[in-house]
Amino acid sequence: MIMRATFLIATLVAGLGIAVLPARAVVEIDINKGVVEPLPIAITEFISADGKGAEIASVVEADLRRSGLFAPIEKGAFIEKISNPDAAPRFQDWTVINAQALVTGKVSETPDGRLKAEFRLWDTYAGQQLVGEQFFTSKDKWRRVAHIIADAIYQRLTGETGYFDTRIVYVDESGPRNNRVKRLAIMDQDGANQRFLTDGRAIVLTPRFSPTRQEITYMSYEGGQPQVYLLQLETGQRELVGNFPGMTFAPRFSPNGQQIVMSLLRDDGNSNIFAMDLRSRNTTRLTTSNAIDTSPSYSPDGSQIVFTSDRGGRAQIYVMSASGGDAKRISFGDGTYSTPVWSPRGDLIAFTKQTGGQFQIGVMRTDGSGERILSSGFLQEGPTWAPNGRVIMFFRQPAGSAGPQLYSIDLTGRNEQKIPTANYGSDPAWSPLLE
Amino acid sequence: MLSIAAIAKNPVGIALVAALALAGCANKQVPNNAADIGLGGAGGPPGSQQEFTVSVGDRIFFDLDSSVIRADAQQVLTRQAQWLNKYTNYSITVEGHADERGTREYNLALGARRAASARDFLVARGVAANRIRTISYGKERPVATCDDISCWSQNRRAVTVLNGGSS
Repeated sequence: MIMRATFLIATLVAGLGIAVLPARAVVEIDINKGVVEPLPIAITEFISADGKGAEIASVVEADLRRSGLFAPIEKGAFIEKISNPDAAPRFQDWTVINAQALVTGKVSETPDGRLKAEFRLWDTYAGQQLVGEQFFTSKDKWRRVAHIIADAIYQRLTGETGYFDTRIVYVDESGPRNNRVKRLAIMDQDGANQRFLTDGRAIVLTPRFSPTRQEITYMSYEGGQPQVYLLQLETGQRELVGNFPGMTFAPRFSPNGQQIVMSLLRDDGNSNIFAMDLRSRNTTRLTTSNAIDTSPSYSPDGSQIVFTSDRGGRAQIYVMSASGGDAKRISFGDGTYSTPVWSPRGDLIAFTKQTGGQFQIGVMRTDGSGERILSSGFLQEGPTWAPNGRVIMFFRQPAGSAGPQLYSIDLTGRNEQKIPTANYGSDPAWSPLLE
Repeated sequence: MLSIAAIAKNPVGIALVAALALAGCANKQVPNNAADIGLGGAGGPPGSQQEFTVSVGDRIFFDLDSSVIRADAQQVLTRQAQWLNKYTNYSITVEGHADERGTREYNLALGARRAASARDFLVARGVAANRIRTISYGKERPVATCDDISCWSQNRRAVTVLNGGSS
C-alpha cells in the first residue's frame, strides 16, 4: 500500500513575487498530433541522505524518456543546484537551458522507518507549480513510488493517464529452439523485479492479467492435455479452468474479471469460442462454425468480442456480440490477420498481420477502417495494450538462431523500445495500473 | 474437414487405391520412404517401435496453412493403419504441429486440426478410435530450425507416437 497526499501550493509562486506568464505558456503535450516533439524536461536528483533520491529520479527519468514524449536534459547542463525542494526554483536558470518543465523532490525516512518521497513538477516558463505530491511506503517499494511519480508527471503534461506503475507477465524462453524451456515470468514494465512463476517443466503459453484481481490466466501442458489455468499471483495457487474434454487455449478475462473467454477444440479438429463464468462455472458456447475460431478479446465495455477465424478460408478478424451469434468480418487487407486485441480505450483493435513474408503489428478502428501498420519484421506477433491505450508491447524473433524479445511501440509507430529481459521473452501481457 | 467420401470423389482417391494395393503386396518389403534415404536395414524387428518409425514412417507433412492429407501422406498413413491393425497392442498419440510462420494461438488450432485429420484417416482405415489420442503442439516443437521453406515444410507435420505395448 502506498499512501498518497497532495499538497498544492498555488500561492507559493505569487508569494515569492515571481512573474507568471500568460496561460498560453503553460507547458503541455498534445499526443494526438501525428508527430510529437519530445518535451525538454529537467529531472533533478531528489534530495536524500542516502542516494535513494538519485535512484528514484533516475527511474522517473527513464520512464519518461522511454515514452518518447519527453526529452530529459543532461544533468551537466543544469545551472541551479536544488538544495531546498520546498522553495520555488530560479526559473530563469531552467528556461535558459530550454527546460520547459522541471521536477524536484526529496526522499527521507519517517520515524517509523518508512520511505517518504515528495516531488514537485514546475512549469518553468509560466513560473508555477503544476503538481506537488508526497508518498509514504515501505522502503522496498521505492521503484513503485518512482513509477507513480512518472505517471503523475505524464498525466499532468499529456492529459492522459500514465502506464508506468504496471507490470508485464510474459513467457521466459531458454534452451534450444527445437526444445525450448518456457516459464511464466513477471516483471515491472521497465524490466525490473523479474521473477518466475512456473518452473519450466511444462510448456506454458499466452498469460493474461485479470483486470480486477492479482491473477492471471494462461495455457499449460502440465496435465498432459494442454488446458487453460488460473494462477493467483500472491499465493501461487493454480487451478484448471473448467472440465473440458479437449484442448482449451487462447484465454482472456472479461473486463469485469468475472468471465474467461477461450477456445475449445472440438472432436472434429475445429475450434470454437466459449465463455466461462468464474463464479457459477457455467459455460456458454459463442461460436459454432466449422472453422478455427480463436484469440477472443472483449471490448472494454464487455458488449462485444473480437476474434480470429478462418471461416472464410484464411485467418481474418471478426467482431460479434459478447453473447455470440452473427459475426462481422472487419479485416480486408492483403494477407492474413490474427491475435486481435481490443484497446482499453475502446477505439482501436491491435492485430498481427502476415503479408509478403513479413509479420506486422498494426491497429485498425473497431469497424476495420483506418488500418495502420506500426512495425514490420521477420517474425513478430502478440500485441498487448498499455492500460492507457497509447502503447503496445509485442514480441519479435529475428531470422537466425536468436530467440524472441519483447518490444514496445507507441501508436505513432515512431517510438520503438526493446524491453530488457533475463533470457528470451515472448507472449507479453500488460497489467492494468496497479492499485 | 477431410472425409473419406471426399477422398473417394477426389482424383487423389485414385492414387490412394493404388497406394493401398502397393502397400498391400509390399508389406514385407522395405517400404519406399525412410529406407530410400539410407536407413535401409535399420527397420528393426517386426512389430517394434523402430520398425514403425523407420520402415512404416511415423510422420506426414502438410502444405502451408492446410490440414488436407496429401497423396504422399495418404500412403504413409495407410501403412501406419495396416501396421497398427496388425499390432493391436499399441495405443497411439497423434501429435499435430505447425511451422513458425503463423501466430501462436492460430497455430495451436491448426496443429489440432492436422492431428484430427490424421486420426480420422487412420480410423477410416480401421484403427479403433479409442486407441488414438491427439495433441497439438502448435509451433512449440519444431524439428527443423532454419528460417526458410526447407525447414518450415518439415515442421508442418503430424507425428504418430506409439504408447506402450510390447516392442
